[in-house]
Amino acid sequence: MKPKIAFFDFTGCEGCQLDALNLDGDEILALLGAVDIVNFREVMTERKDNYDIAFIEGSITRQSEIARLQKIRERAKVLVALGACACIGGINCLKNHVPMEEALRAVYGEAAQYYDTIPARPADAVVPVDYYVRGCPPVHSELAKVIKALLVGRKPDIPNYPVCVECKMAGNICVFERGMYCLGPVTRAGCGAICVTSGRVCWGCRGLVDDPNLNSQKDILKKYGLTPDQIIEKFKIYDTCTEVIK
Amino acid sequence: MTKVNINVHQLTRVEGHGNIVLNARDGRIEELRWEVTESPRFFEVMMRGRYYEDVPHIASRICGICSIAHSTASIQATEAAFRISPSEQTLLLRKLLYNAEILESHVLHVLFLAAPDFLGVGSVFPLVETHKDVVLLALRLKRLAYNLAEVLAGRKTHPISCVVGGFAKLPGWSELEALRQRLEDARADFDTVVDLVKTLKIPDFVRETEYISLQDRKEYAYISGHIASSDAGLTPVEKYLEVTNEFCVPHSTAKYTRNQRDSYMVGALARFNNNHEQLSPRAQKVAEEIGLSAPCHNPFMITVAQLVESVDVVEDSISIIDRILSRGLQEEENTVRVRAGRGIGAVEAPRGILFHDYTYDMNGILLKANCIIPTNQNHNNIQNDMEVLVPQILSRPEDEIRQTLEMLVRAYDPCISCSAHFLNVSIRK
Repeated sequence: MKPKIAFFDFTGCEGCQLDALNLDGDEILALLGAVDIVNFREVMTERKDNYDIAFIEGSITRQSEIARLQKIRERAKVLVALGACACIGGINCLKNHVPMEEALRAVYGEAAQYYDTIPARPADAVVPVDYYVRGCPPVHSELAKVIKALLVGRKPDIPNYPVCVECKMAGNICVFERGMYCLGPVTRAGCGAICVTSGRVCWGCRGLVDDPNLNSQKDILKKYGLTPDQIIEKFKIYDTCTEVIK
Repeated sequence: MTKVNINVHQLTRVEGHGNIVLNARDGRIEELRWEVTESPRFFEVMMRGRYYEDVPHIASRICGICSIAHSTASIQATEAAFRISPSEQTLLLRKLLYNAEILESHVLHVLFLAAPDFLGVGSVFPLVETHKDVVLLALRLKRLAYNLAEVLAGRKTHPISCVVGGFAKLPGWSELEALRQRLEDARADFDTVVDLVKTLKIPDFVRETEYISLQDRKEYAYISGHIASSDAGLTPVEKYLEVTNEFCVPHSTAKYTRNQRDSYMVGALARFNNNHEQLSPRAQKVAEEIGLSAPCHNPFMITVAQLVESVDVVEDSISIIDRILSRGLQEEENTVRVRAGRGIGAVEAPRGILFHDYTYDMNGILLKANCIIPTNQNHNNIQNDMEVLVPQILSRPEDEIRQTLEMLVRAYDPCISCSAHFLNVSIRK
């Protein structure tokens, strides 16, 4: 029997799910032939509560979302966090740096008291997560790789070395040499250093490698005359720095 | 006694979370509401205090479908605040990138989200069996739009290379040539789509409203021009607050908008009504073939207008690539000089006009942000459409009423993740 797959969205931009439709057409059809998609609100009307693999997109930012995620965890055999928001908390965590009362008042004014909102957190702060498809958004090849590995019951092979490795392989000039700074030295690779290759810097959206060489990162900052505060401010965008500070 | 109780909790095949509620008894409507239930997102707070370079990066993440629209509006608002005029080359590349978003989003909506309604299925997935050629064609067109964005900005969802003042990386020459060929090939695919859409039965419903979009003397406007109203003519972008007039309604905390009347419409049909004369001949011919003529007051035709626009952006993209290939691409110096001030960026997101309004301090730190999202501007118009539509269809079977209402909301292609970053959450105490 084909494995039943479900997609669930929590708080986020829904770009991860929708971007999955930008995979190569033949690849999508091949994957569709191998699975049974039973729940994908974004693109389908039918909804079933019987599934094997659940993909979770978005951060958890409401009390009601905690119970919903727990229920999904009970039902799913395998739970996969899809994208930076679900994997590491992601961009929604930016609001955590502002007192909640103030954030509510700034955006919702007098109506603030009615809103159910809690500090943003990743899926694994609420339930155990089996696999992570990282990135904002995930790269297509890795998403396809993870799905295929799950289908054959194998653990997906995700790099556990820093973005710098792939950045060198892509032939990029180091952004530090170009007068900018970047979280590549401590961020988990797998994206092909797409942001540096596209002319920018690494913002750390894939989270840290398991054993980041923080001393070496500090040395790099020192060499280029930067302070940890500067880089923390710059890179708290995906909440990666909260991990660094820990 | 006949009762109709429809409660569509979390409408499917739309971006984000919304509900439709209809309760009627003996032909009398007791309750009829379009509600938005998305989680609050706090983007204004998230962008505040950030250096200008990070602002478009964060703004893009308001929405996974229209990330290029948010990114472009954010870049343009920042440029307006710093009084930067981008080069001609940057404007060409920016428009080409923008076309990729319009194409991708419209193909997604017309062929993946809306089409299943007309073909009597719940999603695109069963169509893989019954209409495999169309599904492959749809995936091909989406992939084309994706690759166009990829060549210009690294990727489509959350673009990378487009920055304040220009592009951090220029597209490759051979990639542009290859894309030009694929865009030409897409014409035949769109002929197939047009033949398909011609056979669909679009609900017959008319409610005239005010139509608001950008308008530019030079071209069918997506990222330039003034605000045009079908009722009141032109308003400069800087005075957008005079057009949007946000207000609260007693039964919810949702902020709605109105201009000359009780509500107005933004999006593909508003753009078509206001600017149809500037469409390419090929797009005008498609409109005529499918029976879309301006002014059109049937909101179900928004989907058709999106198809017409898709055909048009393919033509526009071919012509932009031709211009780039003939004038060449130069690496340009991009030195951004920050300054204190306020700037407004206005673009036509696939689903309607979008405003970003920023105030920066002298160090390029964002002090204040206000974003007005197209879907917010349409909520009130959707509600007003439902109030006119429901009495016309109330005698039909409940399933048919539900489906017609779902199709109406879906036609607007609402993007609720966007809208809820801001204020539209309906609360019942």
